[in-house]
Amino acid sequence: MSKILVIAEHSDGKLNASVSKTLAAAQKIGGDIDVAVLATDGAAVAAQAAKLSGVAKVLVVNNAANAYPIASVLAPQIVELAKGYSHILFPGTTYGKDLAPRVAAKLNVQQVSDIMAVHSASQFDRPIYAGNAITTVEAAAGTVVATVRLASFTAVAEGGSAAVETVSVSAALPSHTRFVKIEAQKSARPDLQSASRVVSGGRALGSSENFKVIYDFADKIGAGVGASRAAVDSGYVPNDMQVGQTGKIIAPELYFAIGISGAIQHLAGIKDARTIVAINKDPEAPIFEVADIGLVGDLFAVVPELQGKL
Amino acid sequence: MKVLVSVKRVVDYNVRIQVKSDGSGVVTDGVKFSMNPFDEIAMEEAVRLREKGKVTEIVAVTIGGAKNEETLRSALAFGADRAIHIKEEGEVQPLTAAKAFAAVLKKEGAQLFLCGKQAIDDDANQTGQMVASLLDIAQATFASKVEVDGSKAQITREIDAGLETLEVDLPAVVSVDLRLNEPRYLKLPDIMKAKKKPIETIGLGDVGVAVEAGTKTVKVAPPPARAKGVMVKTVDELVSALKAKGLV
Repeated sequence: MSKILVIAEHSDGKLNASVSKTLAAAQKIGGDIDVAVLATDGAAVAAQAAKLSGVAKVLVVNNAANAYPIASVLAPQIVELAKGYSHILFPGTTYGKDLAPRVAAKLNVQQVSDIMAVHSASQFDRPIYAGNAITTVEAAAGTVVATVRLASFTAVAEGGSAAVETVSVSAALPSHTRFVKIEAQKSARPDLQSASRVVSGGRALGSSENFKVIYDFADKIGAGVGASRAAVDSGYVPNDMQVGQTGKIIAPELYFAIGISGAIQHLAGIKDARTIVAINKDPEAPIFEVADIGLVGDLFAVVPELQGKL
Repeated sequence: MKVLVSVKRVVDYNVRIQVKSDGSGVVTDGVKFSMNPFDEIAMEEAVRLREKGKVTEIVAVTIGGAKNEETLRSALAFGADRAIHIKEEGEVQPLTAAKAFAAVLKKEGAQLFLCGKQAIDDDANQTGQMVASLLDIAQATFASKVEVDGSKAQITREIDAGLETLEVDLPAVVSVDLRLNEPRYLKLPDIMKAKKKPIETIGLGDVGVAVEAGTKTVKVAPPPARAKGVMVKTVDELVSALKAKGLV
């Protein structure tokens, strides 16, 4: 039977929403599922993880070196925890993508990136070519180290009451990497990756001032706000709002693509959205090929009108 | 300071991918190949670091079959001084590539390993991190700014929460993201000059690496198609359509 260890991403004492989706993939694999929390003092995060459905045990590693997640510091600790586990799963966030290969290489196994479906304990689907093809792969013998594509899984519910166990690891930790600072965008809006509604703007917005149209509409319907790569590259919005192959891959119930042409790169990030609404003045824009509902028109007229009628 | 840049030959990003009807892979016959766009950004950064006087030698490295020589020629045209071709005709997965690159990095005594954050064919996003892990050196992935200062570097990373800055001791691995720079357009004289630059061809055995057992491809399929949508003419129709779906 599989014995699965899910690595918990967290910050400021809060468990990241990616963990409950990673757990959903673990449940599809089946078996005993433990969660590892590496922190300075992981008690609060562990308590949140213990409540998630299907978790057998939460392992907490407390170490001052874990104050900020640095892959080269976390990896040796995870390698030590990995003993006895058949699977080590990471969320497919920048945290997991940075960290998982560092663990896989130490365990001398080929990692499986971005699993989007589970066929068996060792057989998974994953996207290649920006999601333009899906490959089914059989993991090599040994520990399965994988990242989980969050947009492909629905978060597990709460209602669990897993045991929390503090463990100590003896791995030597490197000092060659030091955290300097983070410039985080503080936003009161719903988080892009977990929001059920997302409104994204593209190059057609024309300026960061004009993005107000997008923000106002998003606030009216309680949506998170995203952007195309073109809008980010043009400097209208910060990079953490980018939706697409190289930005965030999202799966909201309702997605508005406003003034976005629909480059392959962007479409790779929204394929799992339940309903895609496209508003663009160019009737030939590729976004209309994937949209469930399309409206050709000037976004600066259409969006305020729509906002008024919802 | 010497910098090693890994480059990969991939299906050009403008090509519309077709899955083979037998599900064995994607169509690559008669398809244009180019250097992985993220690796171009890595090459460009290496050249800019040299222009700033931080780097004295740029070595490009790739692993793969004979056709990968074209990719190394592009790297040389960008400005690499020389190139190393680890020739391997079979499939190469990230762990094998990382072991080979780690061995070359060690042998060359390079202080910086630059690579794209992922290749746009397998989208694995693993090799750089694995190189760093195998050598127990620092890594900074998804870089949008690289500042080298003596034996240290400050790297700004694009992460989900925003922009993070790390300080790393060299040697270090830096995987680059889109916004680090805009790669230069290769000019004909540079392409001509690249033809005269040396490419050293070696085998995996020469760096003491064997092909690792990787994942096995069971099948490749096109993604599920979305149901055809509807076009509406007015905002009122749009509101009705959203209401009909129970979305508002």
